[in-house]
Amino acid sequence: MPRTVEIHIKRREKMGAPQRWEVFEIPYRPNLNVISCLLEIRKNPVTKAGVKTTPPSWDMNCLEQVCGICTMVNNGRVRQSCSALVDNLDQPIKLEPMTKFPNVRDLMVDRSQMFDHLKRVHAWIELDGTYDLGAGPRMDQDDVMERYAYSRCMTCGCCLEACPQYDEDHYIGPQAIAQVRLFNMHPSGAMNRDERLEAIMGDDGITNCGNAQNCVKVCPMNIPLTKAIYEENRETVLHGLLGWLKK
Amino acid sequence: MAQKIKIAIVGGGLAGLAAAMKIAEAGHEVDLFSVVPVKRSHSVCAQGGINGAVNTKGEGDSTWVHFDDTIYGGDFLANQPPAKAMCDMAPAIIYLFDRMGVPFSRTSEGLLDFRRFGGTKHHRTAFAGASTGQQLLYALDEQVRRFEVSGQVKKYEGWEMMSLVLDDHQVCRGLVAMELRSLELKAFAADAVIIASGGPGLIYGKSTNSMVCTGSAVAACYQQGAKYANGEFIQVHPTSIPGEDKLRLMSESARGEGGRVWVPRTKGDNRSPSSIPEPERWYFLEEKYPAYGNLVPRDIATREIFHVCLDGMGINGENQVYLDLTHIPADTLDKKLGAILEIYEMFVGDDPRHVPMRIFPGVHYSMGGLWVDYDQRTNIPGLLAAGECDYSIHGANRLGANSLLSCVYGGFVAAPAAIEWASNVERKGANGSRIYDQETKRQQELNDKLIAQSGNENQYELHEEMGRIMTDNVTVVRYNDRLKQTDDKLRQFEERYDRVSINDSNLWATMALPHARQLRNMIDLARVITLGALNRNESRGAHYKPDYPDRDDEHWLKTTIAEFSGEGPVFSYEPVDISLIPPRKRDYSKGKQDARQNQATARPDARAATQERRV
Repeated sequence: MPRTVEIHIKRREKMGAPQRWEVFEIPYRPNLNVISCLLEIRKNPVTKAGVKTTPPSWDMNCLEQVCGICTMVNNGRVRQSCSALVDNLDQPIKLEPMTKFPNVRDLMVDRSQMFDHLKRVHAWIELDGTYDLGAGPRMDQDDVMERYAYSRCMTCGCCLEACPQYDEDHYIGPQAIAQVRLFNMHPSGAMNRDERLEAIMGDDGITNCGNAQNCVKVCPMNIPLTKAIYEENRETVLHGLLGWLKK
Repeated sequence: MAQKIKIAIVGGGLAGLAAAMKIAEAGHEVDLFSVVPVKRSHSVCAQGGINGAVNTKGEGDSTWVHFDDTIYGGDFLANQPPAKAMCDMAPAIIYLFDRMGVPFSRTSEGLLDFRRFGGTKHHRTAFAGASTGQQLLYALDEQVRRFEVSGQVKKYEGWEMMSLVLDDHQVCRGLVAMELRSLELKAFAADAVIIASGGPGLIYGKSTNSMVCTGSAVAACYQQGAKYANGEFIQVHPTSIPGEDKLRLMSESARGEGGRVWVPRTKGDNRSPSSIPEPERWYFLEEKYPAYGNLVPRDIATREIFHVCLDGMGINGENQVYLDLTHIPADTLDKKLGAILEIYEMFVGDDPRHVPMRIFPGVHYSMGGLWVDYDQRTNIPGLLAAGECDYSIHGANRLGANSLLSCVYGGFVAAPAAIEWASNVERKGANGSRIYDQETKRQQELNDKLIAQSGNENQYELHEEMGRIMTDNVTVVRYNDRLKQTDDKLRQFEERYDRVSINDSNLWATMALPHARQLRNMIDLARVITLGALNRNESRGAHYKPDYPDRDDEHWLKTTIAEFSGEGPVFSYEPVDISLIPPRKRDYSKGKQDARQNQATARPDARAATQERRV
């Protein structure tokens, strides 16, 4: 068992500044996760070579892999750092920010484009109002379980980081398509199905999926993203063929 | 409408989003401030479910029984009318979330399913797998996004509220917030401000709370004159997973679905759990509390687990007991508790379907918070509060699955109250930029001082030290001498804080300055909690003093109120509104009287006396 943990962090002072690697070493303790290592480094930011430096910046919140904020590339794999346990990682541990989003500083990125995508695909139910209109529609537990799987998406961006097609504005990506599936499966949500389908039928739409299937491999919530893409692809094709009949 | 109303909301968790949705739906504008993107708020960590008495299980449940369970569970410290209004609104809240598309678990008829939780004998908790908080938060996030698209809600994500803007008459006219990348300070005018910033768990260093739960925004309001009530009531959750960086919650739903808490009967029995036969296991909660068993309220379960470990009966003599689900079929567990089992597996490595989990109590929730009236209004005109950051509803101990409910209820009540205030407020005092400029300047000076400060104190070490002291002395078991020593330490921290060096020369997107500002605020709230506990010489709910082991209604059936002064908190007390149910002794070894009897023991005018509220 190593007595220390060596951590390499890809640093960037601010947006647009060049990146550089810095090497840190902290004492080993059992049950460390990557966040605990960063907390330790932040307390006394000195590199392994003994040079005083600035503390690294990163995002963190729930530390239970349910808020999605601490996503970064750990040893080449995109994932949440709170659930990246040191005992399961090869050393040195290499931490890099995600590459598909603007890099704010060090390990922080700006994922606001993902939330913009949720706006575009109308990822909500069009309520008549939030006042008391009684119970919702009855649903089969099997359908609920399928929706639940999609509804666990925490907009972390792993699927987009791993997708070879996702790059700035060329492809809306798996997360938004899975949300289309989530709402199109709901009895009330289905009433606005066409709007959502049309939102993913543009130039950057669903047909840009290259079927690499990386998304489903890296999704921390095990969301059946490729199934969502398959189902919505079918729906958009049908909508493309028959949608005009409704008009 | 004569004038467009704009309301600022601080916090984008369940309470803040609930209020934002209601205000936008009423046609008004919202500025929504959140340290993190709202979808990443701490509400996502709530697991087990949300309570609402719909009585679909043929158990004779009613909103009155829910109300009685809530008041009884809170050891009669809560003002009763708002708790009753919440329980009455609960079924409609659950149905509304169902209409928003929350994937609540279903029965074979396709109706909402309900499970059991602590402190009740009824199946009253609606749930979406074991990530109900995440699912409810997402539903509100989606609805608020609609209003963002329509232009009524403007989000300021990555902005932290630093202080209120008060006019010369102490009326709240807006707030000052800091953009967390550039550290730019900016004043925002608002006709009313709703604080929905969540709990202060980070005061204890490690807790089940998320890293944003510093209580900093609330402390800022307190420093500017807002009353803070019942601070000493901190819920320590019986079942958490100890970790290096935090204590991860293991939901009460694990016990709701049949999970059993035990330790080996013989001290030092270090056999593996599966090889310890049934008679040699001590199911201490079931033995001591036959009526409720593993589903006693949290304060009681926590104290029992704590005592078992203190007596050396913990697993291998350590601070751990088993929470055992292995007798339940794995596919049932996956359906009903999947998400929390994954958390345990991910962070501990054992599969709880086959190996009993090892758990220990962890700081979880603050029953105390900003003082509010029955319309969620604080004592500062124009300032309201909702959610964990307010003190109403839960009394001395919160029942499981009442927190999601109280967040939504608080938001739904605060929204119309804020609109009403804003519609009638005299705006002349708010015109002109003087008060905004002054407050922004005051905040800038605080930042500048911190940045310039150089000293040998490390803010993170100071925070850790405070967390340890608070955890050791102001949690499950409290002694007056130790509380006094803790407050002495906290006063030293105030001095040591002035020698903190923030230690980051790169101020762009630094974590150092925001943390330092939060730390100062946390010290103030820590003193409110500690001194409130020192003063209260009784045991009630989560507040337990072995030297004063009984509830003392004669002297302490009253709400603690702390007000800020330069020399520390000033305490006063106000009576609790017990107009609906007369206080009675809490005893979970026996079943409560049933629902009909409860209603019979209520004060005769109880029904007429309360105002009905609708979602």
